[in-house]
Amino acid sequence: MTERVLRVEALSTRFPGSDGPVAVVEDVSFEIERGEVLALVGESGCGKSMTAFSLLRLVPRPGRIAARRIEICGRDVLSLPVPEMRQVRGRDAAMIFQEPMTSLNPVQTAGAQVVEAIRLHERLDAGAARRRTVELFDRVGIPDPTARFDAYPHQLSGGMKQRVMIAMALSSHPKLLIADEPTTALDVTIQAQILDLLRELQRESGTSILLITHDLGIVNELADRVAVMYAARLVEEGRREAILGDARHPYTQGLLRSIPGRGRRGEPLAEIPGVVPAPEEWPPGCRFTGRCGRALDGCATTRPEETRFADGHVVRCHVVAREAVR
Amino acid sequence: MSEPLLRVEGLRTWFPIRRGLLQRTVGHVRAVDDVSFQVPVGGTLALVGESGCGKTTVGLSLLRLVRPQAGHAWFDGEDLLALPPEAIRERRRQIQIVFQDPMASLDPRLRIRDAVAEGMHAFGIGENDSERTERVAALLSRVQLDPDAMWRYPHEFSGGQRQRVCIARALAVEPRLVVCDESVSALDVSIQAQILNLLSELQEERGLSYLFITHDLSVVRYLADRVAVMYLGQIVEEGETERVFAQPAHPYTEGLLAAIPSIDPAARRLRPRVRGDVPSPSDPPAGCRFHTRCGEVFERCTREAPRFYAVHDGGARCFLRETPDGATAGSVEDGAAR
Amino acid sequence: MQAHVVSNLVVGVLGVTLAWVSRRAWRSPLWRRAAAGVARRRPASLAVVLLFVWVALLDAVSWVGAPPGAEALSLRKPRSVIDRAFPVDWNERSYSRPLAHVEFYGGRVLRHPGRHLLGTDIIGRDVLHLTLKGARVALLVGGLTTLIVIPLALLFGVSAGYRGGRWDDFVFFLISTLAAMPSLLLLIALIAVLGRGPVQVCVALGVTGWVGLCRLVRGETLKLRELEYVRAARALGVSEGRILFRHVLPNLMHLVVITSVLLFSGLVLSEAVLSWLGIGIDGSWGQMIDQARDELSRDPPIVWNLLSASVALFALILAVNRVGDAVRDVLDPRTVEDRG
Repeated sequence: MTERVLRVEALSTRFPGSDGPVAVVEDVSFEIERGEVLALVGESGCGKSMTAFSLLRLVPRPGRIAARRIEICGRDVLSLPVPEMRQVRGRDAAMIFQEPMTSLNPVQTAGAQVVEAIRLHERLDAGAARRRTVELFDRVGIPDPTARFDAYPHQLSGGMKQRVMIAMALSSHPKLLIADEPTTALDVTIQAQILDLLRELQRESGTSILLITHDLGIVNELADRVAVMYAARLVEEGRREAILGDARHPYTQGLLRSIPGRGRRGEPLAEIPGVVPAPEEWPPGCRFTGRCGRALDGCATTRPEETRFADGHVVRCHVVAREAVR
Repeated sequence: MSEPLLRVEGLRTWFPIRRGLLQRTVGHVRAVDDVSFQVPVGGTLALVGESGCGKTTVGLSLLRLVRPQAGHAWFDGEDLLALPPEAIRERRRQIQIVFQDPMASLDPRLRIRDAVAEGMHAFGIGENDSERTERVAALLSRVQLDPDAMWRYPHEFSGGQRQRVCIARALAVEPRLVVCDESVSALDVSIQAQILNLLSELQEERGLSYLFITHDLSVVRYLADRVAVMYLGQIVEEGETERVFAQPAHPYTEGLLAAIPSIDPAARRLRPRVRGDVPSPSDPPAGCRFHTRCGEVFERCTREAPRFYAVHDGGARCFLRETPDGATAGSVEDGAAR
Repeated sequence: MQAHVVSNLVVGVLGVTLAWVSRRAWRSPLWRRAAAGVARRRPASLAVVLLFVWVALLDAVSWVGAPPGAEALSLRKPRSVIDRAFPVDWNERSYSRPLAHVEFYGGRVLRHPGRHLLGTDIIGRDVLHLTLKGARVALLVGGLTTLIVIPLALLFGVSAGYRGGRWDDFVFFLISTLAAMPSLLLLIALIAVLGRGPVQVCVALGVTGWVGLCRLVRGETLKLRELEYVRAARALGVSEGRILFRHVLPNLMHLVVITSVLLFSGLVLSEAVLSWLGIGIDGSWGQMIDQARDELSRDPPIVWNLLSASVALFALILAVNRVGDAVRDVLDPRTVEDRG
């Protein structure tokens, strides 16, 4: 049986609001196996980044994390005292962020920052750490790595900085890499390079990846499995081919249709009408009801149940549930 | 081909780099270096490129929001770049711009109504305040916003809604050309589709022309008749959209197309990647500016700069497309109307 | 025109202006929310400030005329509302302790035994009376000077930031030079030239005090000039002048309000220092403190006049600073935008 690198059950993260606490992540459950890439997809504000932060208990105050279980490499992280949590962070699970511009300390050289990360989790003398860093730089495709060790972040391009971040994240051989929109801030040709790099590294080292993104194209390039979030909830999960080729939830379908790549000049793009509702406007039932072209009477009042299809394809939608019965 | 609405020739906008106590100019950032293109009447030209290629500067130069050093921009028989400062303001009515960041382009202290009506005020559109208010209401409806929204403030709206306000604001002065500077880049995909549809409808209804500046090629395919690809301040390829997508004539265009991740689950293949990073616009490579990253580079590329050779209905700046007689894409290189 | 009539007129104008400004500000939900925010954060300090303002206004309105049966002398001097709260012949001959029945030196029975809440000073004036009157001077110094500082700072700062170039270089040179001069010496020199009246002192303080706000305004204008909505307005064909007034200036106001409130307390303290040197405004707390200086060396020391003035000064400045902090929190543009 493949070992589970990450196990999340019933995760909810709440922030205080003007009318009581708001769950920006609500009842989210998923698992990641060893060597697997799971993409968590959704548009802005759906809660995907906050989910990632919750796993490493990096949620900013006054947010509160509540879950039945969060296990990283078999260890329950919810109840860990902070010093041990710090051991988990960076060593068992590492994170790379969206903005390479601000994720690196501008007054430290790139090499120094990676060395610091290495020595946080391992006993290595400065020389050995430096050698390891240069090796890592080479592995992530930074040209002239020895020279780049002494470069300051402002002397590096966006793509280069992101490679440094990846090197830092992988320096302690984590079992899980959490990548929060790693290529959103990069040019498209650089993005392609970084995606190739991630794919290569993942194959070489067998690291699992939790990929947070809004771009379904990136999902297609990297992911094995996909989970789609909307308004703090998971609405659909499944294998990549199932989600991209045979999406069942109306939101996922709408999302796929809105991507302009397929449209031709003169044909209107299929759009999802309306906007994502604010938390105050969430109905007790399915939160997509207001924008769903196929909403039924009970959709807004009752929470959708799970409908399971083959190969781990799960959909939370009343319409899909009803159709499946037939 | 009929006379284009806007014809740009040899646009050059360089920004001086000043150093030292006396602020001497030690070099230039060659943001836009000898750029030429046309925007058809009632049609769309997409200007595509990655960060640092100069596409935004092109838009700002046309509106004289930054000062170009050289070039012509023929609009309705007049050269926009040769106009004296007093006349620029008048021309602004005809060419409007919608910026990328809808939050930053709306004054947070102005109500929506005042923001949209500001241009009307400046050009004396509408007899009095209440008439202007009516026009604002009509515009907001047209961009699919509730007219009552005009009494609220920008921070009360989402990104997509604010961008609609910006579009309404641009339409308020009844322009003929709208420069869309990365107008949908900051929006979610589902909202992006709505805005693109809206822009397309407005173009049909009002005969608007668009200069659509973006880095997203997939958006280009939907909206543009013609596309011009920019790299480090120059146009490296230009032509009809479908043709450029189907048969890219420049290695950079190929690389851009290959870099777009496809959502087709069956099409997950490794395609040829563009190597390396974008060089700095203040120190572009000698010869062909793309040669440092090109997969098909040869010796000539490193020392000689290719001209813009004719390819099908457009052109490409690459020696691979050099025709035996060295024919260049006429309308773009030497400014003669086709 | 007599001084007290001028003073009454000024209060009138001030009242009208304040009413007009408040009405305009009330119409904007942004300013309304700001006001409510300040009231919520620092109710006590706000109350103290308003109390001082009220006392100052009461002391600023004065007229000639006496209650029936009073001495003829008093009919010629204009008396303010505060003055009229005390009986006409309230003064004693010399020092007395708070609530004393006899004089401090000599033991003679007072005219109004046990009625002077804070005692009397060397010439028998009631200390409470003097302290209350000091509020008007403090607010005059703070208020009038701020009215001089704001236009100066805005004029130079906005033009320098917006136009740039040589004018900016000149203004920056001016600011840096002024800031480098020791302000106290400059003040003394200015007062020597201008004279010793309250308006002259305010002008001198204003001329030396506008530099800080100007620098801030210039910096903020430089930033605002490059913001996208300013560019958008230009692209819409709005004239530069209108951009300045509609987009740049309103977005500077929060900075002006915050800085002015905090400048206020600095000005009041500066005047106290000037009074220490003998060139301040008559009737100020600083002057009271200066006059009380010598008394500390007496045996037993006379402290109640010094204490009274000091406590009043401290209370006003503390309250203004706390309100200023609340104003800054509330008007900080980052919090304004986060509410979206």
